[in-house]
Amino acid sequence: MLHTVNKSSFERNSLKSCLNTIDDTSVILLIEDGVISAAKNTNASMIADLAAQGRVYALQGDVEARGISSKLADNIKLVDYAGFVDLVVEHGTAVSWV
Amino acid sequence: MADILGAEVDEEGFLVDLGDWTKEIAEQMAKDDDVDLSDEHWDVINFLRDYFEEYQIAPAVRVLTKAIAKRMGKDKGNSKYLYSLFPYGPGKQGCRFAGLPKPTGCI
Amino acid sequence: MATKKFIYLNRRSSFGTVYAIESLEVVLIAAAFEQDVSLAFIDDGVYQIVEGQNADGIGMKNFSKTFHALGDYDINKLYVSAESLEERGLSADDLMPLVYEDEDDDWVEKPSIKVVSNVKLSKIMSEQDVCLSF
Repeated sequence: MLHTVNKSSFERNSLKSCLNTIDDTSVILLIEDGVISAAKNTNASMIADLAAQGRVYALQGDVEARGISSKLADNIKLVDYAGFVDLVVEHGTAVSWV
Repeated sequence: MADILGAEVDEEGFLVDLGDWTKEIAEQMAKDDDVDLSDEHWDVINFLRDYFEEYQIAPAVRVLTKAIAKRMGKDKGNSKYLYSLFPYGPGKQGCRFAGLPKPTGCI
Repeated sequence: MATKKFIYLNRRSSFGTVYAIESLEVVLIAAAFEQDVSLAFIDDGVYQIVEGQNADGIGMKNFSKTFHALGDYDINKLYVSAESLEERGLSADDLMPLVYEDEDDDWVEKPSIKVVSNVKLSKIMSEQDVCLSF
């Protein structure tokens, strides 16, 4: 499954809820304000393990818009819109944690 | 919807899409207002366009006056001079000719 | 017109919601009426003034550029929560170099941004006439 999270983990608990219910094969794509969780900050530990397994993606346009390109946590994979589509195709069912 | 030379304008005559702006549109807008665009007008119009490019806003009249005084001298950076060029207001009329939105806070 | 002290609290990042740009709009309107305006950036609001934002990829207006115009509007008190920065792994160096020209000091350029503790921020807020949160 593909889980997209579009809220900042500092403001909402969407990422936390997502992490609570995610299975071993699912991946997370951070979009919109969700990409704030991809930056090196005190919430980075939430996704560090998943990222180390190569299961955390972030949408490049949203990362650049927020000025955090140079501040990303380790192992975050950046994708563009075409990469977003590929993830949807590859992982089937998508869950949107709005 | 009204248009000027094919470019859509709102009910106050401001361009809806800033990307539509051309010098010809500015000249047509001026003509409709009975203003003859001189080099002095163009100095202000170009200044407004540069300002928007840099800051993404149309400046308030007070800010415009101050900024023009800084770049072009006090004889041009004063409201009397600017209103002589743009009788309906350097903010409102000038920005309209320059293809910008109405300045924030301008009534 | 009597001058009042306004502070605008910016708590959200730039593009995910409409709060940030709406706040900036209201700030510019208040400034046009020559009020005493301060801005505070707390929580994710600190991301609004991070250096190097590029909105081309999401097709939105990069209004972070507008913060550079605030000095011309005599808005030169931008307070940033030190705790909020730290939580997000940011420091003052990651913020845009926003400046104003000091009229009373031969138009010398001075920084507009002050990083302050939340305790100091609450004191600043208590000194205002109006506090608006976005």
